[in-house]
Amino acid sequence: MKEPQIIVCAKQIPDPEAPFSNVTVNVEKKQVAVDAPDVISPYDENALEAAIRIKEELGGKITILSMGRKVSDTVLRKTIAAGADALVLLEDPLFEGLDSGSTAHVLSCAIKKIGDWDLVLTGRQAGDWDSGQVGLIMGEMLDVPCVSLARSIKIDDGKLLVEKSVPVGYEMVEASLPALVTVSNEVGELRYVARSKMLGLLRRPMSIPKWNSKDLGCDIDRLKKLQLTELVPPADMGRQCTLIEGAAQDQACRLAEVLSELR
Amino acid sequence: MSEILLLVEAKDGALDKKSLELMQGALGLGRQLGVATCAVVAGSDTARLAESAASFGLDKVYRLEHPLLAGFQPDAWVKGLEWLCGQVNPGIFLLSHSFVGKEVGPRLACRLNTALTTDCLGLSVDPGDGLLVRTKPIYGGNAIASLKCEGVPQMATVRKNAFEPVGEAQSASAIVEMVPDIGEDAIRVKSIKMVEQEVVELDKANVVISGGRGIEAKEDFDMLEALAAAMSKSHGNVMIGCSRPVVDKCWMSSDRQVGLTGTIIAPDTYIAVGISGAIQHLVGMIRSKKIVAINTDPGCNMFKVADYGVVGDYRDIIPALVKKLEEQR
Ligand SMILES: Cc1cc2nc3c(=O)[nH]c(=O)nc-3n(C[C@H](O)[C@H](O)[C@H](O)COP(=O)(O)OP(=O)(O)OC[C@H]3O[C@@H](n4cnc5c(N)ncnc54)[C@H](O)[C@@H]3O)c2cc1C
Repeated sequence: MKEPQIIVCAKQIPDPEAPFSNVTVNVEKKQVAVDAPDVISPYDENALEAAIRIKEELGGKITILSMGRKVSDTVLRKTIAAGADALVLLEDPLFEGLDSGSTAHVLSCAIKKIGDWDLVLTGRQAGDWDSGQVGLIMGEMLDVPCVSLARSIKIDDGKLLVEKSVPVGYEMVEASLPALVTVSNEVGELRYVARSKMLGLLRRPMSIPKWNSKDLGCDIDRLKKLQLTELVPPADMGRQCTLIEGAAQDQACRLAEVLSELR
Repeated sequence: MSEILLLVEAKDGALDKKSLELMQGALGLGRQLGVATCAVVAGSDTARLAESAASFGLDKVYRLEHPLLAGFQPDAWVKGLEWLCGQVNPGIFLLSHSFVGKEVGPRLACRLNTALTTDCLGLSVDPGDGLLVRTKPIYGGNAIASLKCEGVPQMATVRKNAFEPVGEAQSASAIVEMVPDIGEDAIRVKSIKMVEQEVVELDKANVVISGGRGIEAKEDFDMLEALAAAMSKSHGNVMIGCSRPVVDKCWMSSDRQVGLTGTIIAPDTYIAVGISGAIQHLVGMIRSKKIVAINTDPGCNMFKVADYGVVGDYRDIIPALVKKLEEQR
């Protein structure tokens, strides 16, 4: 079999693990501001890790596809440092604030433009809107077999073999290529990238194509923005916390009393 | 507007509680809009399930019956439900935000050329334009968004506990058998084998003791087990849970993960050990009656949502606590 051409869709988002005190909801503007650095959405990193493992075994090429405004080279070059080969950015004011179906349309157009591909990987859901839709919809749009929630992915003799997480354990499934798979955290974290390697990469010139809606020939009428009618902060989750202090022994005694009262 | 349709799911051969909650939500919308509310059960042998679904005051229950709908093969289910929507043209289609709903929903929405909103906590209808207003948490739960989408049917997946389960009704709903047109060729992803692992149902516990990334070694979960054993004599059903990093390290299976992408629970007592309190974890346990946190970092988020906090190392606190609890008896 020829070496697999893999496309990984990666979204840049504000760090979803930032403490909730760093998140402000602007009710009037219907916007969320997160005081945290941008990162690659964590499940997309899992997807990249899965891709790199396939490449280690079979060779091939990994292309990272990212749509969004002000996608930062610095954030995305981490994917190259980790083992991806090429980066393509999709940028257009028309791409801002799109709903899941429209996002999937833009990404699918880009994948068709790339042309030569065997496998598309996405994270199971993005860490900002947590919708979990784009990958599955792309599977439909590209009209290929689609597997969700992968915990392991292999290509064997030109066939796709996936272990998919299911409520009772996992399921082994098989499909032909080309195919699309959404990846879950059980795949494992993206390998560690040394800082020195990152810095070296940032200095090296690299051509990163940027495609807009015209380049992609996407159907502009198909691009729908999310229609927010309201955005509010969540109900206050805070409770009055009674701190149990003292030496460990005393803390344990007091906690034992508390637990006895709680039954 | 045409009818409201909802997908009913089974669990261990019986109606899933999530489906009863979904019925409540759907019936509410049906009354408000003055339209019929109907459910669909899918499978290869749905008679019993359809009968159970028919006792909750729905107008109709469709039995979508086909050999390829046995088990859950997503390709077949998407095809079958696409076919059903073509037959009955629902105005609104609701699914649980379950394993099935999460997979079928987006794909079906794409085939029907409409838009789905996932993981909704609330649903209402805008009287102006008749569109479904979908309320869902975003940024892990740090903000609550309400949004509208064009397209028919109006589609949403609904989070567990968003509605109270519906109660039984006096008269039974009509059951309509439908045989969808699904060919073998619809199935592109073939199931080779199902590997069943022992799964725990954390939502059945009275007390959940969860360990997080702060737990230094896998063996240290023995301390939490010892605490569970000590408490189970007096506190009912005590189970061990965890945060996601523990699953990532393969120390625990994902059925024990509490949170947005794990299980959402509300036990009498939740004990968080070495868990910082990220929003995606909190949404899974914030409805616990009492929350106890053990953490070395006095500034951690978990203390902000806890009723009781112990600032300290679990390796000092928990063994002493177990000893104390055992002495008490
Ligand atoms: C889309 C998305 C979905 C997610 N879904 C989930 C989910 O369902 N569930 C989930 O849990 N997470 C989920 N996460 C991950 C989440 O954001 C956090 O990364 C995770 O919850 C952190 O786990 P933790 O608190 O155990 O680890 P950390 O944040 O690293 O906290 C470890 C804590 O242990 C304490 N500690 C260290 N040593 C000790 C000691 N000796 N004794 C006592 N305390 C100690 C530290 O002070 C610290 O507070 C999700 C993330 C994303 C982006």
